[in-house]
Amino acid sequence: MIAEAGLIALWLAAGLALLQFALGAIGVRAGREEFYAAIRPVAVAQGVLVTLSFLLLIWLFLRSDMSVSLVVKNSASVKPLLYKFAGTWGNHEGSMLLWVTVMGLAGTCIALFERSLKTKTLVTTLAAQAFISLGFYAFLLISSNPFERMFPIPPDGQGLNPLLQDPGLAFHPPTLYFGYVGLSVAFSFAVGAMITRDVGPAFARAMRPWVLAAWVFLTLGITAGSYWAYYELGWGGWWFWDPVENASLMPWIAATALLHSVTVLATRDGLRAWTVMLAVVAFSMSMIGTFLVRSGILTSVHAFAVDPERGSFILALLAIYIGGAMALFALRVGTVKEGARFEFVSREGALVANNLLLSAILGIVFVGTLYPLVVEALTDEKLSVGPPYFNLATGPVALLLVAIMAAGPLLRWRKDNAKALLNRISIPIVVTAAALFLLVLLTTGMSVLSLLGMALAAGIAVASFAPLWKRNLRRTPMHTYGMVIAHFGIAVALVGMASESSFTEEKLVAAKPGDEIVVNKWKMKFEAIEPVAGPNWTALESRITAQYDGGKTVEVTPQNRMFASAQTQTSEAALLTRWNGQLYVVLGEGDAEGRWQVRAWWKPFVTLIWYGGILVALGGVLAIVGRLRRKYLQRRQKEYAELVL
Amino acid sequence: MRYILVFVASVLAVPVAAQTGLPPAPYADQQLADPAKEAAARDLMEELRCLKCQSQSIADSNAPMAGDMRSQVRQRIAAGETPEQIRNWLVERYGSWVTYDPPVTPMTWPLWIAPIFLLIGALWLARGRFRRKKDDS
Repeated sequence: MIAEAGLIALWLAAGLALLQFALGAIGVRAGREEFYAAIRPVAVAQGVLVTLSFLLLIWLFLRSDMSVSLVVKNSASVKPLLYKFAGTWGNHEGSMLLWVTVMGLAGTCIALFERSLKTKTLVTTLAAQAFISLGFYAFLLISSNPFERMFPIPPDGQGLNPLLQDPGLAFHPPTLYFGYVGLSVAFSFAVGAMITRDVGPAFARAMRPWVLAAWVFLTLGITAGSYWAYYELGWGGWWFWDPVENASLMPWIAATALLHSVTVLATRDGLRAWTVMLAVVAFSMSMIGTFLVRSGILTSVHAFAVDPERGSFILALLAIYIGGAMALFALRVGTVKEGARFEFVSREGALVANNLLLSAILGIVFVGTLYPLVVEALTDEKLSVGPPYFNLATGPVALLLVAIMAAGPLLRWRKDNAKALLNRISIPIVVTAAALFLLVLLTTGMSVLSLLGMALAAGIAVASFAPLWKRNLRRTPMHTYGMVIAHFGIAVALVGMASESSFTEEKLVAAKPGDEIVVNKWKMKFEAIEPVAGPNWTALESRITAQYDGGKTVEVTPQNRMFASAQTQTSEAALLTRWNGQLYVVLGEGDAEGRWQVRAWWKPFVTLIWYGGILVALGGVLAIVGRLRRKYLQRRQKEYAELVL
Repeated sequence: MRYILVFVASVLAVPVAAQTGLPPAPYADQQLADPAKEAAARDLMEELRCLKCQSQSIADSNAPMAGDMRSQVRQRIAAGETPEQIRNWLVERYGSWVTYDPPVTPMTWPLWIAPIFLLIGALWLARGRFRRKKDDS
């Protein structure tokens, strides 16, 4: 009965989405304002029903209801509760239901909390949001029903992919989806504002918190995903320019550009058409990312051709939404004035440079990710595009971008003086030069990119705090602190990346119990190897004691896990974190002579990569809180003024 | 009948077991003594694709074939071959699929031109955004 109830809730939510779209469309077209009042409650009800449907699916997974085909394929009754729960979205149908749930909830939030937008634009926005949801409802109900029953009922399920059985699964996909779908709100706002010809500073101020929120979630999702891949896959890599990773990076790049251009629109009424365009592009990137990951096209173009139903469905949705939005943009761009123009040396100038460089990076990642697919489809020849290409093509552009990031916040709006700017950033420039000099002098084997990256990071770290210089710190608005912390976070992450790729030390040994392993200042002793058992796995666990530079001895226990249900092995790396880096130990295969393959890495300052990501997200949170508080205070003031009058 | 099958299977299994029992590729997980050569081998391994995996380099893979390839790379580097020679040799055997650094061929030139093209496009877009110095006054 639970499955049926879930399906009914899903159908009802889809019906309400249709109603929401119709109310908005007819209301705005025919100017029937009585429809406007109805759209908010409908949007709320739709969000509630789709959430109910998703909760029921979670319940089915928690109960291990083996009459539901999705549970059978992706769960098993002996599995930790956390993975039964998180396994709900560790599969195609569940993740699409999560997607549409987040969309419904976003609609609910707009309906409940958005007060600064003109009513007509708000109604159009909600209608656009419902229109996008409808496509995904259709997708779920027609080709990916998560509640499908199975007969005969099997005794147990097939289990979840062991690589996914990690707390990371509970956190990473939902965060990323919140970000992806948050960008749908920006998309709907853009469509709404284009239809009602309302693109201006007020619209930008209303859209900004949504963009910021989506961007914060994307930042956290990517950071978490990177760390998850780092410790779970057992090879210590944190970014591989893998198409799946790129699929999450592209919306982030577009959202980063969007949140900077929306500031120009909100503050100076410039970049109108460009901002609307970016909002469309950002969500398009989310959908393209979802298409890439969900259609199976990445494994092989041919795998996609064998079972094209789902892929074709998403492709059709992509064509309708992106094509429709682009057509609308082309029709209305003539009526959207570009807005105020400005000097090259100005805050706007730096933000335009930020936008264009980010767009160039986005373009490069896009081309690099899709080119092999195009080549394979056209010529049947297979091509790999990986880190060498992406690092070479995006690295220099990214460095230029972060250099501009150091200067941008120190520029005045409208017009500034190049000499005055040079004066203001003289200290960061000196710091960068000094850092470069020291690095060249003291280190060996750094690549040019890492060298410049680390030197620039030192300069940016200083420059990011410069906007606070000589200001009353208590009266500085919170969103300025947000910017400072986010920019500082970029510098922190950059140091981590450059350090990891330049100074990592690796040791591979075949060790017998009693053997010593030395990497950098770590002295390790391979003590013993023992079998251990978990809830749904058995493992060989090695006990290794480790000592850093004659300090305290610590024990680490890397494992080799065997999962009975899937007949697969995973290696559980052991990590020891110190302030200046991480020791990463993995247990490999054993040989006939009783030796065990052990891989050990010392990765100096690698943790800064993720601390940087967290700081960037924290900056975003402060900006949201600051902006919302200011809005609230302004509204209170207005109400008070009206009351007094 | 069933016993015969089991017997046949076990007889057939012996050569297979013997095969996997052979010493694995010697340098699959053994570093070269010379740190410079090991670093060169490591850099190359990170740019070669594990052909049996999904999106992993041979430096990051547990697959036996990736181990064989690692061993090949280390042995050839130790014998004095340059990374580019080894890469070309592998591309000849397995096609461009094996290298994450796409070779510059007529088929890949759009890929390599794209970044330059995109940057020029960005500059061109920028030109239109700014007020000319002249109409400032």
